[in-house]
Amino acid sequence: MRGFFNALLDPSLPFLRNALYAGILSSILFGVVGAVVTVRRIAGLAGSISHAVLGGIGLSLFLSVHKIVPGMSPLTGALGFAILSALIIGLVSLKAKQRVDTAINAIWAIGMSLGVLFLAKTPGYTDLMSYLFGNILFISTQNLVLLAILDVGILFLAYRFYPQLEASAFDEEFAKVRGVPTEVLFLVILVLTAVAVVLLQTFIGLVMVIAMLTLPPGTASHLSRNLVSLMVWGVVFSFLFTFGGLALSWIYDLPTGAMVVVVAGAVYLVGTGVKALRLKGKFQKN
Amino acid sequence: MVSRGIQKDIVIQFEGVAFSYGSIAVLENVHFHIHRGEFIALVGPNGAGKSTVLKLLLGLEKPNTGRIHVLGMDPEDARARIGYIPQHADLDPSFPISVWEVVRMGRLRGLQRFRPEDKEAIARALAQVEVEDLASRSFSALSGGQRRRVLVARALAAEPEILVMDEPTTNMDAESETRLYKTLGNLKGNTTILIVTHDTEFVSALTDRVLCVGKRSTDGKAHALVQHRTVQVPESPLDLYGGQVAKVLHEETLPEDSCCIEVRSGVEGKV
Repeated sequence: MRGFFNALLDPSLPFLRNALYAGILSSILFGVVGAVVTVRRIAGLAGSISHAVLGGIGLSLFLSVHKIVPGMSPLTGALGFAILSALIIGLVSLKAKQRVDTAINAIWAIGMSLGVLFLAKTPGYTDLMSYLFGNILFISTQNLVLLAILDVGILFLAYRFYPQLEASAFDEEFAKVRGVPTEVLFLVILVLTAVAVVLLQTFIGLVMVIAMLTLPPGTASHLSRNLVSLMVWGVVFSFLFTFGGLALSWIYDLPTGAMVVVVAGAVYLVGTGVKALRLKGKFQKN
Repeated sequence: MVSRGIQKDIVIQFEGVAFSYGSIAVLENVHFHIHRGEFIALVGPNGAGKSTVLKLLLGLEKPNTGRIHVLGMDPEDARARIGYIPQHADLDPSFPISVWEVVRMGRLRGLQRFRPEDKEAIARALAQVEVEDLASRSFSALSGGQRRRVLVARALAAEPEILVMDEPTTNMDAESETRLYKTLGNLKGNTTILIVTHDTEFVSALTDRVLCVGKRSTDGKAHALVQHRTVQVPESPLDLYGGQVAKVLHEETLPEDSCCIEVRSGVEGKV
């Protein structure tokens, strides 16, 4: 462990410090967005959007390599696909709730398939592993600035519209009666989640994004009495999981993203097990 | 029993309202009005369209034909002055939220943040329903009956002119039901109360009039709405509505403006 701390302070290893900064900044997003995703039960929607993004990445690389849109970055296509997917799923969910399951799975499968097709016709881009697991060690200073901007935006919105977020997640119909534009709020939440997913996914990969949107709030839910504490504990657990995964991957020379997910999953399972045992004990006492 | 007077203004009015979900006709030619301060029971079997009447009243659905006025305005504009207690079989029991935070939702106003004076209104609402001692408890840790009372407190926190309740005694134990009707008895006269129940035989003795959804329209598809008289059950053996029960006389259908006619003729009695 001491070796890891020494490496963090080593001026010749800036990428490790950047990875740590990325861990801190992404923890804020994971904690806040993950809490909203959890209480609104839209993790499936977030999963669908994050998979559909491959279509946008593939399209951008295809257009760029074939000089149709020279220099088009994968992030641009990913953002476009993510926002479009979020709006389609959101509108289907609002207008034809019974069809939302079909829409989620259709967007998921079509987006990924388009991505595979575009990449098949894009010479030199066939590595899907980086899309799945990313590499937090490749994060640049520019990426960190983007993450910081998104953090500030999400924190401001969560603070300013906390009563509306809480009410519409707890009881949408009542929130509507109290004048909250619940449908607009739902679409905004989906689009912001999509943007956060895309940014985080580009840096740390799809698997880690889905895991970190669900496992930290899942673990935090054992300690939280309200939505704001779910957000705060979610940030804390996200950071601890990222830091722990980063340290273990450095010490044992293993892929960072996968290690972070394994650490998060292990703590979540232990936490859930402990809670179940405590509830059982309480029940038996009574 | 409320002493209605012709001077009491009409706060809810449905005029020739028809509504359908897609091709499925639910309501047709619905006419009724409610005066300020009245306690009205809206009864009918499951699936008759009672909750649809409430959704129309709250502006959550729009009628296909006809007009609805609430407090002299469109339902959507009047929402802020209505306290609503939904039926709620589908509230997430694992949602992390305290009782105080649930009641605070009653003070929401669109996209505004809460104000300092909201705290007093929340405390008053908790006291009205006698759930002050539960304020810091987790909503998920409460019994079904306690949760329903907290939702009543949430509706009262808005300090509404009209209180609309959709099957408020669902999952409620006898003690909670008694407390709820005690609270409603205290509110009666000052707040207009519309309570929905699927018990078509009996209603609370607080009830001034019964509106019944369920009579089929002329083509037999949609439901129309009629008014019935009630009679007090003097010594009720039923453990319902806090023990004070009235029987609905379904065989007697009253004209839509019977409440106004009786006031004009000075007749006292339940309509």
